[in-house]
Amino acid sequence: MAATVKYDEVETGQQIPPADYPVRRVNLVMYAGASGDFNPIHWNERFAKTVGLPDVIAHGMFTMAQGGRFVTDWAGDPGAIVDYGVRFSSMVVVPDDEQGAIITVSGVVEEKLEDNRVVVALTARSGDSRVLSKARAVVQLA
Amino acid sequence: MALNRDFVGRASAPSAPYEVSRVKIKEFATAIGDNNPIYRDREAAQAAGHPDVVAPPTFPIVFSLAGGTILADPELGLNFAMVVHGEQRFEYQRPIHAGDELVSVSTVTDIRSVGRNELITVKSDVTTVDGEPVCTTYNTIVERGGAG
Repeated sequence: MAATVKYDEVETGQQIPPADYPVRRVNLVMYAGASGDFNPIHWNERFAKTVGLPDVIAHGMFTMAQGGRFVTDWAGDPGAIVDYGVRFSSMVVVPDDEQGAIITVSGVVEEKLEDNRVVVALTARSGDSRVLSKARAVVQLA
Repeated sequence: MALNRDFVGRASAPSAPYEVSRVKIKEFATAIGDNNPIYRDREAAQAAGHPDVVAPPTFPIVFSLAGGTILADPELGLNFAMVVHGEQRFEYQRPIHAGDELVSVSTVTDIRSVGRNELITVKSDVTTVDGEPVCTTYNTIVERGGAG
């Protein structure tokens, strides 16, 4: 597929500039509808608190999607991702206000593989927490 | 409650075919806040070498949770109210695009305790209705306090 980043122009250790992705309650409602995950911990504060959570939390998959977006925006083509995995290491707490929360994603080219593929290691933070760990994407470059 | 270890190795029946539509891809892309034209505009997708609009990398979560039928089995003992997502991985044999008709077969590959939590991993093999491999997903969910 047509990644716009060229393998030969990428160095191991190269940083990909961070990006901020805001998340408000409305985004979680939209994500619930689009994904089919209607777990009330993602939209119902009363329910979230009864199961011991501090507040409504974002779907892990919403956070993972922001990491995916970060990589596809860099690579230039969503079809360039051949493998993408994360561990959800902390919750993204989304308060019921206009600001909501912010997920900040950054990346580094961790390794160059054969066949014009690279491993991108991602860091995702929200507030003081690292919300993804072991976040890696294998990307097919041009 | 501890999860029933007898479920390790258990596989779901193949899911009913899931038809990937342009409308659903656009809805999903909008929900994740991604304005990439390759998710919306067939010509932009074709210019990037795809037959039609492609799905975002995490889109398979929409249909690959056929494992849900296993997870919902009362014999497993999973308390959904205490579930959070632990890990997720997608291996793509090729991008998913509008027009694909996809079938998932899900298998419980692991159940383990970590501290007071129970972790269960479900692998889903996603193919076209003609049997072409498209992607493999690995979904680990955490039942908080399940092992307590």
